[in-house]
Amino acid sequence: MDYFLTEEQKMIQDLARQVAEEKVLPLRAELDENEEFSREIIKHFADADLLGLGIPEEYGGMGMGVFEQILATEQVARVCCGTAVTFGSGGLGAMPIIYYGSKEQKQKYLPDVASGKKLTAFALTESTAGSDASGIQTTAVRDGDEYVLNGTKQWITNAAEAEIYCVVAITDRSKGPRGSSIFVVEKGDSGFEFGKKEKKMGIRTSTTGELIFNDCRIPADRLISREGMGFIIAMKALDLSRPGVGILGVGLSQGAMEVAIEFAQTRIQFGRPIIAQQAVQHILADMATNIEAGRALIYAITKYIDSGAKNISKVSAMAKLFPTDMAMQITTNAVQILGGHGYMREYPVEKMMRDSKILQIFEGTNQIQRNVIGQELNKQFSSRKNKG
Amino acid sequence: MDILVCIKQVPDTKDIKLDPETNTLKREGVESIVNPFDMYAVETALMLKDEWGGTVRAVTMGPPQAEQALREVVSYGVDEVALFSDRAFAGADTWATAYTLAKGIRKLGDFDLIICGKQAVDGDTAQVGPGLAQQLDLPFITFVRRIVKIELDSRTMVVERLMDDGYDVVETSLPALLTVVKEINELRVPSLKGKMKAKKIDIPIYSAADLEVDPDSVGLTGSYTQVIEVFAPKPRGNRIILEGETEEQVEKLLNGLTKDKVLSVKID
Ligand SMILES: Cc1cc2nc3c(=O)[nH]c(=O)nc-3n(C[C@H](O)[C@H](O)[C@H](O)COP(=O)(O)OP(=O)(O)OC[C@H]3O[C@@H](n4cnc5c(N)ncnc54)[C@H](O)[C@@H]3O)c2cc1C
Repeated sequence: MDYFLTEEQKMIQDLARQVAEEKVLPLRAELDENEEFSREIIKHFADADLLGLGIPEEYGGMGMGVFEQILATEQVARVCCGTAVTFGSGGLGAMPIIYYGSKEQKQKYLPDVASGKKLTAFALTESTAGSDASGIQTTAVRDGDEYVLNGTKQWITNAAEAEIYCVVAITDRSKGPRGSSIFVVEKGDSGFEFGKKEKKMGIRTSTTGELIFNDCRIPADRLISREGMGFIIAMKALDLSRPGVGILGVGLSQGAMEVAIEFAQTRIQFGRPIIAQQAVQHILADMATNIEAGRALIYAITKYIDSGAKNISKVSAMAKLFPTDMAMQITTNAVQILGGHGYMREYPVEKMMRDSKILQIFEGTNQIQRNVIGQELNKQFSSRKNKG
Repeated sequence: MDILVCIKQVPDTKDIKLDPETNTLKREGVESIVNPFDMYAVETALMLKDEWGGTVRAVTMGPPQAEQALREVVSYGVDEVALFSDRAFAGADTWATAYTLAKGIRKLGDFDLIICGKQAVDGDTAQVGPGLAQQLDLPFITFVRRIVKIELDSRTMVVERLMDDGYDVVETSLPALLTVVKEINELRVPSLKGKMKAKKIDIPIYSAADLEVDPDSVGLTGSYTQVIEVFAPKPRGNRIILEGETEEQVEKLLNGLTKDKVLSVKID
């Protein structure tokens, strides 16, 4: 399919594909097996100017939109979803600073993010706050020129690897969701430590771990925007980054389908390649159709977002929901087409199947995405004027 | 350090084919790439620039479309490029190529180091690097697999030269010319800014007149060697690999040889 990309967009796509194939592909099986995060791979993406795609030019980035970012992420996910999570999560971690940070905060943090010198993380989830983010317990109390943070964040992508953490904490419990705020905490801040590193089913080339704040003192100017803006900023950041999760599903599915087709063309049973069986062809046909649908959906929605659209919760939930449910099905079917070979770690599809499960869970489970879409539909259709 | 790299545009050897009727290379539809060994030369130059500063320039002698190869290396970080292109250069052998490159490089200025790939994958001669060094009257070291050290004050460098059974450690004065093997480094990736620059960069083209070459020393006229014929080697006959225990294999071999009438008697 030709999506009429500009020359610049094609360049981004080609480059991301080249880095993924030359620098990620040779290492992916080994990194997955050893549950190893590779800073070196991230450096290659930084050297290619791809880490700073979404960062404004004045802060050392390329000043591109969400669309260009997902074009690149798709190519990385096609080769290794875990690496693509690291590649993309840098975006989520930096978004609060990009969209709500002060000029000083942007100047201080963004150039190092664009150059890959520093990685970012986004920390909302706690043991008592998963789908229901309002259950967070971490507090930040103002003390003179400082804030003092206490609490524990769990399952944070890039924990211990990142240098910059955007942390959501309660500043005024009496105000409910309006009583939370978002802070930049730096690796090395006093009272900030890392807890256990998780052992995961998939995306093992991405690190997930615990952040522990034990009377962690940070200067007051680490507050992003103002007190009470925590959830608003977090929700905006998630709205902007969800298509980035959806595209992981598209890239991953594309990679799985390519492996399945190649296998089906060369595996001989009953005297001919298994792709000659219509039952196999139909699975592949459904894969290809769904992938193209998922891709077209995300491309359209991210272009809409880049046009400056205001209320994007519904469409961004759609851009996450469809391609990630699809990816689970496609990667499972890719294993099916490879049969016993697919179940062995020698072939990449079992990893792809393990990797795809997380896409239905993080950045809001797919049940929550359906809630968002459903609630928006209800809102939209309750006001008669706004039908359509 | 100011470094110059010589590159060549070659057909992608992955899909090279001979026309069975004329026995010449089929060029149509074959993608062109930068000679893979030259990419290691480019990487070597860029690494030295990262360490020592200075500039990296790349040149090629070739048809107008060879500018594509120059754009490619700009995307990796080469600062400036130049194309030596003229109908008169066509058909050059390694001597005429080295002569033309030398004339062009003299025009461009002085360099601390010139780096070439060890050979081009289409011609496979490995002669242009050394030939160029002779034309420029520079010391040269071929098959360099590692740069051990550089001393800019005393203008010397020490490198390791790959040999069949080990390596030599060689010191040379600078300026010098190196040809490098792929063991020397791992290629970096291009950058987005590099790709954008590559698209826009103006590539100066130097003609035979610009380079003030002796017309009898360039192209086919200036070549000491000429290609009389290009042919594909005859395909080898069918081969069979015998498997099994030694006795089984001997049995199969004997049977085969008797069947094909290589042996006329069966030996018991
Ligand atoms: C590998 C990994 C990386 C992560 N990275 C980060 C990170 O970088 N930063 C961060 O802040 N968080 C991160 N998370 C946390 C992630 O966002 C949460 O896991 C996710 O939001 C779901 O929360 P939960 O796991 O607690 O599930 P729960 O909320 O406990 O949900 C359990 C089940 O109940 C369903 N459910 C719950 N509520 C509803 C409802 N109202 N309607 C319908 N169904 C419902 C869910 O869909 C799910 O199926 C990460 C998680 C993982 C596993």
